[in-house]
Parts: sequence; C-alpha cells; structure tokens
Amino acid sequence: MEMELIQGNEAAVRGAINAGCNFFAGYPITPSSEIAHGMAELLPKFGGVFIQMEDEIASISAVIGASMAGAVAMTATSGPGFSLMQEGMGYAAITESPVVIFNVMRAGPSTGIPTAPSQGDAMQARYGSHGDYPIVVLAPASVKDMYYLTVEAFKIAFRFSTPVIVLSDEIVGHMRESVALPPLGEIESYEKRAKNLIDGRRRHRTGLVHTENGLPTTDLEEYEKLLRLLFAKFDDFRPMVRFEGEEGVLFVAYGSSYRLAKSSAKLLAEKGVSAGILKLESLFPFPEDAVRRYSKKADLVVVPEMNAGQVVKEVERVCCCRVKGVSYFGSLILPEKLVEIVEGEL
Amino acid sequence: MKAEYADYLRTEMLPTIWCAGCPNGIVLASFIRAVKRGFERDKTVVVSGIGCSGRITQYLDFETVHTTHGRALAFATGIKLAKPELNVVVFMGDGDAVAIGGNHFIHACRRNIDLTAVVINNSLYGMTGGQLAPTTPEGAKTKTSPYGNVERPFDIAKLAIAAGASYVARFTAYQPRWIEKAIFEAMQHHGFSVVEVVTGCPTHQRIKPADLLKHLKENFRRRDNVSLDEIQPTDIGVFKKEVMEEFCEKIEKLRMYVRKGENKENV
Repeated sequence: MEMELIQGNEAAVRGAINAGCNFFAGYPITPSSEIAHGMAELLPKFGGVFIQMEDEIASISAVIGASMAGAVAMTATSGPGFSLMQEGMGYAAITESPVVIFNVMRAGPSTGIPTAPSQGDAMQARYGSHGDYPIVVLAPASVKDMYYLTVEAFKIAFRFSTPVIVLSDEIVGHMRESVALPPLGEIESYEKRAKNLIDGRRRHRTGLVHTENGLPTTDLEEYEKLLRLLFAKFDDFRPMVRFEGEEGVLFVAYGSSYRLAKSSAKLLAEKGVSAGILKLESLFPFPEDAVRRYSKKADLVVVPEMNAGQVVKEVERVCCCRVKGVSYFGSLILPEKLVEIVEGEL
Repeated sequence: MKAEYADYLRTEMLPTIWCAGCPNGIVLASFIRAVKRGFERDKTVVVSGIGCSGRITQYLDFETVHTTHGRALAFATGIKLAKPELNVVVFMGDGDAVAIGGNHFIHACRRNIDLTAVVINNSLYGMTGGQLAPTTPEGAKTKTSPYGNVERPFDIAKLAIAAGASYVARFTAYQPRWIEKAIFEAMQHHGFSVVEVVTGCPTHQRIKPADLLKHLKENFRRRDNVSLDEIQPTDIGVFKKEVMEEFCEKIEKLRMYVRKGENKENV
C-alpha cells in the first residue's frame, strides 16, 4: 500500500466501494457532499447506481428499498438531513434492513453552522427515531478510520441485519491525511445476509409490529418478543474500543475529540502525569464493559466532547469513579487548554 | 370468495381491516385480475404506504413492502433501481400520495421511472378518523373542516400529467373492469404510470355503499385522451399514454458509457 494524501470523505467513498457498496441515494448537504460526489463518479464505473433524491427522507427510503432488493446500499448526510432520516432509521431497525448511513456532523441545532464541526448528534444517532430499537453507531477519528470503519459498517450491517450509522464530523470528513489505504477496487469479501431480501419467498415487510413471518400483529406478547429479539441480536456484538497510554487519567473519547485526547495525554505525560485514552470506535451499543473495566484503574475519567455533554452521561452511568465532561463548540480546543482543565481536577 | 382470488391472497390475514362496504377490496381484486392477465407473480413486488390503502400489501400473497407514510414511491424507486427486472406496483392513498408524499410523487413522475402507482382516492384520511385531505372538495365537511373545507383540492391525474408521468388514467370504484385494464396497461407501460381510482368512504362520508357506487356511476363520464387543461374532476379514462425514455434504462446507458466509453450522444 502506498502513502497518499486523501480526504476523510474520499476515504469513506473508497471504503464503501471496496465494501461492495453498489447503491447510493442522497441529497446534497455540507459537510457530507464529497461522499455523494465520489459515489456519483465511481458507482457507474463499478456497475452500481447513484441517485440524487428529492430529499433525505426519500434518500433513506430508496436506500432501504434497494437493500431489500439485494443492493449493498448507503446514504450520507449531515445534521438537518440526519433529522429527516430518523423516520427511515426506525423503519430500517424494525424491518432489520442492512443499510449504512453516514452522518458527517456539523454544528447544530437546526441549520446551525453548516461548515463548523460538532459531535452534537451523538445521542440522536442512538435515540433519534421514535420507539425502542437498537442501532450500531461507529465513530471514525481519522482518515484511516473513515476507510476501515466504513468497510466495518457494511460488514456489521449484514452480519446483524441492521442499520449502521457512521458518525463522522466535519473535521474528520474534510481533513486530509497522508495514509496508506487499500487501493480502489480491492473489494472485500464477506457474507451478505439480509433477512428481508426480495427473493420470491413472498415475504411481507412492514414498519408495523410483526410476527416472525413478517405479518402485522397487535398482540402484546408478539410485540415484546419482537423487541427482545431486536435487542438480543446485539448480544454477540463485539465493541470496538482501543486503549493506549498508561493508567492514571483516563480519557474516554471518540471521533475528532479522540485526536484532542491523544495530544492532551501526550502533554500530560511530558508533565509527569500518566494518562491513557480509551478510544470508542463503536459508540453504540455503548461499550459499557470496556468503559467500566478501564475506568476502574483510573484516578479520573475525562470525556472531551464537541457538544454540551452527551456521551459523558453514558460514561457516568457505568463508571464508579469521578467523571469530568469537557464541552466545546464548533471547534476542538487546544490540548493545552484541556490539560489545564484536567490539572485543575487533580 | 372466488378461488381465482384466494390463491393470490394471504387468506390467514382475512377478513380485512376495512369497513363493510369499503371500495378498497374492489381495487385489490382488480389488481389481482390484472396480474393474472400476464404478469409473473414472483417477479412482481407490491409496495404500499400508510393508511387504509397501505394495508393492501398485507393481504396480497406476493413479495410485499408496507413502507412509511408518503414514502412508498421512494422505497419503490430504490427497489426498481436495484432490480429493474421486477414489476413494481405501488398502492397509495390520496393523502399518502399527494400530501405527505407529494414531493416523492412529483419527482417519481419527473423521473419517469418504470413504476405503477395506484392511488386510491377517497378524498379524506380514513384510518385516522375522516379528516380533510388535499383532495377533499371545497366546502366538504370533515372532522378537521367541520364548517366546510376552505382549501382547493388537487386533481391527482392532472398533477401526475403536469409533473411528467407518461401513463395516466382515472377510474372509479364503479368500474372494476376498467380499473383492471388500466392497471394491466400501466404495468405493461414502460415508464411511470399512475392509475387514480376514485373511491369514497362510506364510513366517514356517511353514505351507504350502494349509494356511493351509484354516485360514482352517475357523476363521472369517460373521456379518453383529454388534454391537461380540459380534464374535469368528473372525467375518467386514460388521459395520457406516451412513450418516453425510462429512467432505469437511462441509468443503464450511463453505466455503459462510463464503463465502456460508448458514445456520449446516447446518454
């Protein structure tokens, strides 16, 4: 693999193509548009279909439809579009449709600052659609992650027959890094199972609560059974977390904030304060065991986030030790600033 | 029930949830007869939206997709693009198709993608209790227009023609054979086809089913090939049937061009 200078969103496109993605439906929105640009250029070359739909609701609906018809399908959007897609997200969850949804987060709420980064959609990614449902959320922190987590997203989608959200942000999406990635066209091979494939079995698919044969029911026992089955699917899900550094101060971080945590841990080490980072590459299902296990050895757990404090609440829920959330908006803060805050807590 | 229908239905799901006298069954039966005229059942996918009409898919023993409210055409677009060899028929109600799904409706017309949209127009929201729809006539009293509707209604067939659909027909529940023929023609048609079926709702319009059918019989007249400007709300017939380049074919041509460098003039 050769080193090359490549943008995060471009790496996601390559990851998608190499994961065998052959259907993309989307609607233009900053800062995710480069993903659509890349897919529009490459999908016809690889025998796939690119379509620009009339809005994001149509985009996710077309993606789910394509997936039911056997396509390896994805869409990409950002905050406002992600909000519109929540309806489809719940439908994909209850119909167990393997689809990949990219959210390149930007500053919100509402139109916010389209060109500024944010991690403000973390809990929306988990809980955005109405009703109870599980979902997988991955959080890339680098251009390399954008490639590999995209490939992983498709594998997870098919392994669990589920929608998977890749929760990126403007920093990760737009930055360019020098990385060595598999070349375009080096297609990954993995099993593509889809529960609701249109294959002549005359199955029914519905957003209504349904029995195992797919037909709607209002029987409350069936309802509970469906929900329990939906959640139980993920008992086998192996959380994707990485620990680096030493025991002491523990940063629990994801996405672009991981980069800040990494620099800050290094600065602390230089000052003689030992620190480590637990990088959450899969954000949901929340890696409770890993966070709990690593936090047990920590003096202080710090959760830096580019939002008003979202994932920190999940961390607080599972940790017994002291947890400090650090919030910043529309941009990362300097590592020096984070170190100063951490030192104030020690 | 006649055996000719039973084989095409998920009989374990019967009776339907529709009220006694609901014309939806007429549309359902007409569709089955249309398919039996020459379409392979397992090459046919039936998609529906939300509302009374949306429940059609749960009774049909086909590959069926009951989608979200208004989005049936967007789901169907994905299905058709991923597997163009499938016949994709989409059932929607009037609120489903031209209120919440209005955007998807006009864009499916514009793209001329080879889908057949059957819009069951009862001019109100039945499932939720009989509220005002974008097809409710001016002055009509509904649950949300208790003093009479102050809005102007859409004419679904005219909307479809204006937005670019290449086959557009309208019949009423009083003409099951014509509905059947229109659905058959629409499925054969290579492009986006719309069959509007004017029904009505005995429950919420408080009209006896027999009187509703009598009304449909007496107040609509057949006028085929009428121009867009001349179509009246009481006109039925095949208004438009035009050969236009279909969307999936254009996508395929584009792919051929990109992959093999074929003459761009053909794209």
